[in-house]
Order: sequence, then structure tokens, then C-alpha cells
Amino acid sequence: MPVVLEHLGKRFGDGAPVLDDVNATIGKGEFVALLGASGCGKSTLLNIIAGLEPPSSGALEVPSDGAAFMFQDAALFPWLTARENIELALKLRGVGKADRKAKAQELLELVHLGAAGDKRPHELSGGMRQRVSLARSLAQDRQLLLMDEPFAALDAITRDLLHDELERIWKETGRTIVFVTHNVREAVRLGQRVLLLSSRPGRVVQEWAVTEEHRTDAGLAGQLTGVITARLREEIRRHAK
Amino acid sequence: MPSNPTPLAEASADPAEPRHIHAALTRTSTGNEDLRELESGLDSLQSDAARKNRIDWSRILLPIAALVVLMLAWQFYVSLGLKRRDLVPGPLDVAAQVGVLWNEGKLQEAVWTSLQRGLVGFVISVAIATPVGLLLAQVAPLRRAFGPLISGLQVLPSVAWVPAAIIWFGLTDATVYFVVFMGAIPSIINGLISGVDQIPPQYRRVGTVLGASRLEMALQIILPAALPGYLGGLKQGWAFSWRSLMAAEIIAVGGTIGFGLGSLLDQGRILSDMTVVMSAILLILAVGILIELLVFGPIEKRLLRSRGLLAGSTR
Repeated sequence: MPVVLEHLGKRFGDGAPVLDDVNATIGKGEFVALLGASGCGKSTLLNIIAGLEPPSSGALEVPSDGAAFMFQDAALFPWLTARENIELALKLRGVGKADRKAKAQELLELVHLGAAGDKRPHELSGGMRQRVSLARSLAQDRQLLLMDEPFAALDAITRDLLHDELERIWKETGRTIVFVTHNVREAVRLGQRVLLLSSRPGRVVQEWAVTEEHRTDAGLAGQLTGVITARLREEIRRHAK
Repeated sequence: MPSNPTPLAEASADPAEPRHIHAALTRTSTGNEDLRELESGLDSLQSDAARKNRIDWSRILLPIAALVVLMLAWQFYVSLGLKRRDLVPGPLDVAAQVGVLWNEGKLQEAVWTSLQRGLVGFVISVAIATPVGLLLAQVAPLRRAFGPLISGLQVLPSVAWVPAAIIWFGLTDATVYFVVFMGAIPSIINGLISGVDQIPPQYRRVGTVLGASRLEMALQIILPAALPGYLGGLKQGWAFSWRSLMAAEIIAVGGTIGFGLGSLLDQGRILSDMTVVMSAILLILAVGILIELLVFGPIEKRLLRSRGLLAGSTR
């Protein structure tokens, strides 16, 4: 089990808790979608799993080599080309100079950007940047990949394609993926399991399994999306004054 | 459009079409080849076509036109005869004087002496200010302790150090260099610090996630990310060292201090020869403009363009 969260809590200073009693287990090679409205501490939870922030209470078990991270904005370094951005990740991981070039090209091919390696980030479209960012996070070569709303800022056509792309890469590389989103359709489209986080404080309130039938039967998937949306809205309504 | 057949009928007649619709609706993975094709289509739709670089003549002709207009206005004013000619010489008088100075070899000597000092002083300033600036930007207590002092030093005109430098070092080159350092170093440090301050916090987070050590973070991420601000600091640092140098040369004359542009200017004042004074001023200005045009301008433009920061600017 690469990730186990037990009674995890987080508060900043004396403020109200952001996360409270979060319990979850994520298996190796699993694709889990973490769904929640704004203010549910999704990003905080990812930061804790990534080791960027310590939890205030509770315990967590994560892979000892840490996690790869993909952000909402591609966060590529503008002074490097697409290839150099990936090479920098390899370099910081300690990959030798000779291997870096071949490995970077391999990763570019994986995200279908083999020909765009020498372009600068500003010359790439949003979707291309996000694919370079995905390649960079794969360059970290961690079993666990954390994704913080990576497709939220993309147009719908590009997002649909990147869903297919991510699913393909997940199947090819066998990574464990935790995918944070506030888009129910996206969660059902990608996740094998959807965890719903409540808001203020964040807590896992319900989870759904997305089966193979949901993937092939649009009606079934629509039904599940409806159920989850209703539950999400109920959570949001609790905060109405 | 009567000549076109109805697009709807044409689409349904295409045998390849149902496959795509099927794939999109059931959301099973699109085939790998299909995906590659779709993505490359989208990529080319969303990328700008490469633009060609051509020489933009307005960039060259407009400044020359401005210069010509200014010269004509100057000549016109002088030819009105409102002031004595020896007090307000015209551009032709000054040009003649520049020719005389050139033939005497004084012009070359003055420009060379000043330029050499300015560049040496500037390079040493960069070598001192860069590590200090990085250290101050990265270590919070140091920054809090020395930040206000460095900002203050930048405001203090470095000419104020000339009397002290003369008392300490006498009329030697050391005096000139000291004043240059006091002008350039604080402004380069400040430029670097503000460059570091403007780095998007995301870059540091990415660095942490990618596993960068403290030193790797400083050299591989912070320094390149801060480069535009740092370059601004360098530009200002050069301007400050050039100005300080001129001030020092005007005030400290004689001893083992060589003959620079500032000295030429002071000589013109002593001789009450306005053409020499004007020649020196214009030469000082010309060196400043040339350094900007030949050194900083191209570097800055390249840097900003490679990061996609030039679009829409009037540069």
C-alpha cells in the first residue's frame, strides 16, 4: 500500500482546521480522483502527501522516495526549452549526462511531443505545456504521482484529449495516481475510485468505485456523475447561511 | 451557397465518421495512433506560425531623424544670435573642436582612459555584488539587517565619497575606482534582490518537488529565474559607475590620475572654452548610448524574447 492516511488533520496557526480526520488508503497502481468543492483542503492534502507540508495531527504512510507532483499551471522554467526542462528534472534526480538526453527524448515521445523538444514554453500551447509538465513529473521516476487540477485551465477539447492521454500513460507506466479535481465528470472519467472531500474542514465523506462498465456505457457513467454531483451539492448546501 | 452540397449528407456518407463518434461517446480510450493524430492537429492549431526576423528600418531611421531634428533646432537657435557665440557655440563649432581634439590625440586618450576605468570598475563591481546579492536575497536575517543600508547607499550620490576618497587614497586611480564601486555595487545588489523577489513562488516549489539542494536551487533555479531583474540591476550599475567615474574625474584632477573625459571637461571649464566643454559632454553621452545600444540592448532583447516577454512591448 503506497499511501495510507490515518486520522490526518491540518490547521494553519490558530485558524479553523483545514483537514480533519482524513482516512484513506490508496493501493499500488491505483488511479484515485480526489473530488471536492473549493476550500476543502484538496491542495493542502496533496502537499502533505508530497511532503511539502507537515500534518498537524494523525499519521501518514507514503513511499520513502517521495512523490512526483504536477501543478495546475505547467510551471515550466521559461529560460529552458521543453527538453531542457525535462533534463533538469533528470539531472536533479542524479541521472548521468549521457543518459539524460535519451531519456528526455523518450519521455517527449511518450507525450507525443517528440518534435517540439527544442521549443520554449511560451511557444507551446497550454495543452502542450501541460504535457511537457507531465513528462517532467514522469522524469522524476516516482511510483506515486500527485496531480493538482492539472487540466483545470485548459479548453474543453484539449482537456478531453489529455484525459485519454493520461489514461494511456497511466496504463503504460503503472503509476499510482492521486488526481485532485473539482470537476465531477473528470473524476468519473479518470478515477477508478472517486473520494469526495467535505469542505471546512476537509474530510473524506463518501467514496464510489468506477467500474469498467462505467467506462464503456455512457448512460451508466452519466448516472454515477449525477449521484456524485447531488452528494457534492448537499455538502456545499450545508455551508449556506 | 448554392454550389455546395449539403454538408450534413456528406458527413454521414463518410465511412470513417461513425468510428470517431463511437470513440467520443463511450469514452473508451481513443486509439494510440488516433490520439497522436488528434493531438498533433490540435498542437498545430494552437501554436503560432514562426515569424521571420527582418531588419526593422524604423528602428534605425527614427532615432537618426530625431537626432537630425535636434541638431537643426540647435543650429537655428544659435543662428538667431541671441547669445554670444563663445558662450553658446553651434553644432558646427563643436564638431570642428572634436576634429581638433581628435587630431591632437586627446580625444582618443580621454575616451580610452575613461572607458577602460569604467569597464574594469564595473566588472569588479559585478564580481563583488553578485554573490553578496544572492546571499542577501536567500538569507532572511542578513537581508533584514543590511537591506535598508544597501537601499540607502543606492540613494546616496557616490560623488559624496570623492572628498573622503581623496583624503584616503590621494590623487590616484584608487580614488576613482573607490567612487565607481560605491556607485555600482549597491545598485547591482538591489537589482539582483528585486529580481529574486519577483520570481513566481511556484518555481521554488517545483525545485523542491524535483529534489533540488540549496545550492542547486540557487544556481539552477533562482539565478536564471532572476536574470531579467539582475540584468536591470547591471544596466543601472553600469549607469551609476559611468556617472560616478565622470564626477570623480571632474573633481579629482592631477596626481597620477590619467586624463579621462571628466578631466577633458574640467580642462574646458578652466580654459573657458565652451566648445571643449560641449565636446566632452557629447562624448560622455555618446559612450553611454553606444554601450546601451551595443551591449545591454541586444542582451536584454535576446533574454526577454527567449522567455516570451517581448510580445506587445514597444521596444
